[in-house]
Parts: sequence; C-alpha cells; structure tokens
Amino acid sequence: MNEGFAGHPSAGRVPVLRLGRVLLVTIQGDLHDSTAQQLQEDLSQSVVDSGATGVVIDISGVEIVDSFLGRVLAEIAAQSSLLAARTVVVGMRPAVAITLVELGLTLPGLDTALSTEAALELLDAPVPSARPGAPRQERP
Amino acid sequence: MPEHVGDTTPGTPTGQVRDFLRGRREQIAQRWADEPLFRAVFTVSRDEAVEAGKAVVDALAEVADVGRVEDPDAPGFAPVRDQLGRMAAARSRGGLSTGQVSGELAGLRPPVENMLLEELRDAPAEHVRACATTLTVLMGTLRVLVMQTALSEGQALIDRQRLQLMEVATPVIKLWDGIVAVPLIGTLDSARSQVVMETLLEAVVEQRARYAILDITGVPTVDSLVAQHLMKTVQAARLMGAECIVSGIRPAIAQTIVHLGLDLGGVITRAGLADALGYALHQLGAGIFNTTSNGTDQR
Amino acid sequence: MGTAAGVEARLPIGSDLDLMWVRQHVRQAAATLGFGLVDQTKLVTAASELARNTLVYGGGGTMESEHLVDGSSHGLRLTFSDEGPGIADIEQALSDGFTSGEGLGMGLGGARRLVHEFAIESAPGAGTTVRVTSWTGRPPKPREEF
Repeated sequence: MNEGFAGHPSAGRVPVLRLGRVLLVTIQGDLHDSTAQQLQEDLSQSVVDSGATGVVIDISGVEIVDSFLGRVLAEIAAQSSLLAARTVVVGMRPAVAITLVELGLTLPGLDTALSTEAALELLDAPVPSARPGAPRQERP
Repeated sequence: MPEHVGDTTPGTPTGQVRDFLRGRREQIAQRWADEPLFRAVFTVSRDEAVEAGKAVVDALAEVADVGRVEDPDAPGFAPVRDQLGRMAAARSRGGLSTGQVSGELAGLRPPVENMLLEELRDAPAEHVRACATTLTVLMGTLRVLVMQTALSEGQALIDRQRLQLMEVATPVIKLWDGIVAVPLIGTLDSARSQVVMETLLEAVVEQRARYAILDITGVPTVDSLVAQHLMKTVQAARLMGAECIVSGIRPAIAQTIVHLGLDLGGVITRAGLADALGYALHQLGAGIFNTTSNGTDQR
Repeated sequence: MGTAAGVEARLPIGSDLDLMWVRQHVRQAAATLGFGLVDQTKLVTAASELARNTLVYGGGGTMESEHLVDGSSHGLRLTFSDEGPGIADIEQALSDGFTSGEGLGMGLGGARRLVHEFAIESAPGAGTTVRVTSWTGRPPKPREEF
C-alpha cells in the first residue's frame, strides 16, 4: 500500500464553517463512515445553534459517493429541512454523478448546484417551498 | 503428431530440433536478417536484425525445450511477442495484406529446414522426417502467434478509431454563458451514449453551464434504450447542479414515446433547439428582444 | 503478457477503516490496468457497496483482486467472501430497495449495475461469495429493467 491516506485529514472531523446565515461544509477525499455520521450529527446541532437557513456541502473533492454517503447526504438534507434550513450539495464530479445514476441513487430530495456561488444564489432566491421534506422543486 | 514430440531428451525429434536451433543460432539469424520481414523493420542496421533473429531462435528453442511446439501461448514466446507484433505491423503499413505477411513468415522456414536436413545428413530417414515435422509444427506455431498478435493490434486500432470517431461526432457547443448544447446525430448505442454523457457533463463543469441541451433531431429512432440513456444523462446533470433540456423531438418520435409508454418523467423537453435555448435564456433571466419590428417583443 | 504490479492482493474486511483500504486498493488497481475515470469510479463504488455488505451482513471477510487479460482488454476481478449467515433469497436481495440493515438498499443490485460481470453464491449458514469483473475498453452493459 502507499501512504496515500495515512496523512488524510478525513479520519477526524469535517469542519463546519459559518458564513452569515449559511453553514459551509467542504468534504475532501475518502471519508471514514464514522466521520460521515459525525458530520451528520454536528450539522443538525450547528443548524439549531446558529439558526442557519441554509447548508452548503461542497463535495468537489470527493472521488466516490456510495449508497452510504448518499444516504448521509439525503438525511442531512431531510433533517435540516425539518429545522427550516435548505441544503444544497455542490460540485459533484461527473464520474460520481454518472456512477450514482447507474447505482440507482438519484437523490430526488437533494438540491444541487455547480458551485458554491451558485448555491448561495439559490439560497438567496425566494424559497420555493417551505414544506419540510418537500422534493426538489421542478422549474415550469 | 508423433507421440514423442513432448519428449525433449537429446536424440528425440523435439530435443534434436532444440539442440539444432541452439547450435545454429547465429547462422539462422544471419539468414533471416536478409528476409524482407526483418529488413522492413530493422532498417537502420543489419546487426539489429540479426539480434532480433537470435531472439526469435532463442524463443523457438525455449519452446521446444519444454515440449510445447504446438502452443502459441507457451511462455517461451513471451520475450519476442511484442517484437513480432511490431514486425507484422510494419509489413502491414508497407502495404502487405495479412495473407502476404503470413506468406513472408512461411518463408522463414525453408532455409532453416535446409540447415536441419544438412545437419542430419547421416541420420536414419525416419528420424529426419520426425525432426522436420517438429520444425514445421514449431514454425507454424510461430506464424499463428504473429497472426494473433497482428490481429489483436488491428482490433485495438479499430477500437481506438471508433472511440475517436465517437468523440468527434459529439461536439459540445457553448451557446451562451451558462448554456451548452450537444447535437446528437446517428444511432445512440451504449458505448456512444457513455461518451455523450461524459462529454456533456465535462462541458457542464468546464463552462459552468447551468443548462445543457441535448438535441436529438438527428437521432433516427428513440426506443426504450435511447430513452434510458437520455434519462441517465438528465439525472446525472441534475446531481451536478445543472438542468438538461431534450430538444428535437419530432412528431413521429413523440408518438413512439407515447406508444412505447416510455417515461421521460421530469425531463424538460422542447420541440426545437431554438425553443430550448429560449427556455434556458429565460430561466437565466436574459430577455430576447426583436429590434427590427416593434422593438419590444419579448419572449 | 505479465501481471500488472500491485493488482493481485487479498485484503481483510473487518472494520470501517478496511473499507477505505479496499476503495484505495481498487482505485489504484483499476488505474494501473488503464480503466478510465468513470469506470474507475464505478468499480470503486461497487467495491465499496460489496465490502460494506461483507462487513455489515457477513460479519467481516476478505476481498481478493485479480488481473485478467482477454485479447487487448484488461479485466479486474474482485471476490468478496464472508462466512456469515448467508442469504436465503438471492433474487430478493438483488432487487432494489431490499435491505436487511442500514443503507438505501442499493448494495447488491446497485453494485451489479456498475460492473460487467456479477456472480453470487450463498446459502443460509454457508456464507456469501460475490465475484464481480469489469473490463477496460468495453461499454457499460445496458440496464435490463425499464
């Protein structure tokens, strides 16, 4: 094996950054299962503590999303929605998106954006539906 | 085949051929270096051709040594496999058909056979015949090996060209800031749709395109497989944060889709590329004005 | 044709951390054999799903990886084995949405769609072996259902 992930930062905790009323999370590299679960817990606490209305999760540095991580992302979105915060997943790589679709995981409840700027724009726009757990809104 | 072919103790035909090849290595290689097959590849120096010839003789001796004269997969051939492939490829480039290359390979045998017959001048006729047969089989195996290598290289070339063709046939056009389009022309099979999907999604990232238009005007038919490919592309784009619009659904195709009961659920569709572009521009907040007539005609 | 270095291996699957080793190994092996980025990602994802199944349902086990050659195409075969409780109804386990543990129930059926060849052997009490193979330079197989 090589030293590839011995020095990886993902064995610990994913930092949650606060930017006004938005929480910003950047996931890098391969995530340990327990780190992903820890993030899910941290985020619901952070949303409550900060009163944030939006959560932006940047996964442009993530090389694979399997059904476990997919589920964690979907649950983060659902739980944030219950706490009146909207979650946007940002920067999914083409190869990851293609794989998720083949896997059968289209994550219909998840809002997505190409970049963090696009996500912040989306969060600034009038909220299309305040209904908790509402599916992603289709444009006309 | 004589049953003693696998036996490689000295004196048996296979053992005799092996010893002959090892003993006459230099002479055989010298003789082969003058053959067009070797000359065509090793154009710089004759010594190089001789060295290459020795490597082939060594391989043949090695294969004879383990008694696998009929086996083109014998490990003994491994060191010369690439070299033989290059030689066959060079002859093909020189304009020779596969049959002609095979003929040139066959031409390597007679000089070696003559040397063998000369060496066995005083041996019993039965033994000479058995040795000659073994050598013929061994050289035939070499020919099979080269042909296999040449054919698989040909196949690899075809595969590469097919892929290049698919990439060329899948141009991604930037229509506006944040809008890209792929006009699809021709049949959409699994391999092609994979290329289309990857090309489009890469363009979405590079161009930061929020809207991607898949124009299927040039796709002759839409069956369930094509619909499935379209759906996958749309879903993958959505996961990345972009919206796909499928345009160019001709009336006949619309009917087929309805008849087959295909579900394009949630996919935004438009009749033509222009309508799709108009929709995307509108979504991006850009207005279209007609300045020649009344000037304020906004779509 | 020789065996590409670093592809043949046998890895234990006994903890979350091992799942990361499995993903890392499959990524490197696939890259070594010349798989494109999308195909690498599919294989690593399939391996992650299957390794997690081995860990969660099989109580741990091993993954073996092998390098195959067919003409000009290179194959990567991954075999996941455990000695866990086994699966009684394989057809049901392969159908989407079926799960006896956590996750979205995409494990087996999902992994099958990400590879070229998929074989499973299992019986109650006899453990489970899943063997998947993918090849370079081949288009993805079309999805059967629809």
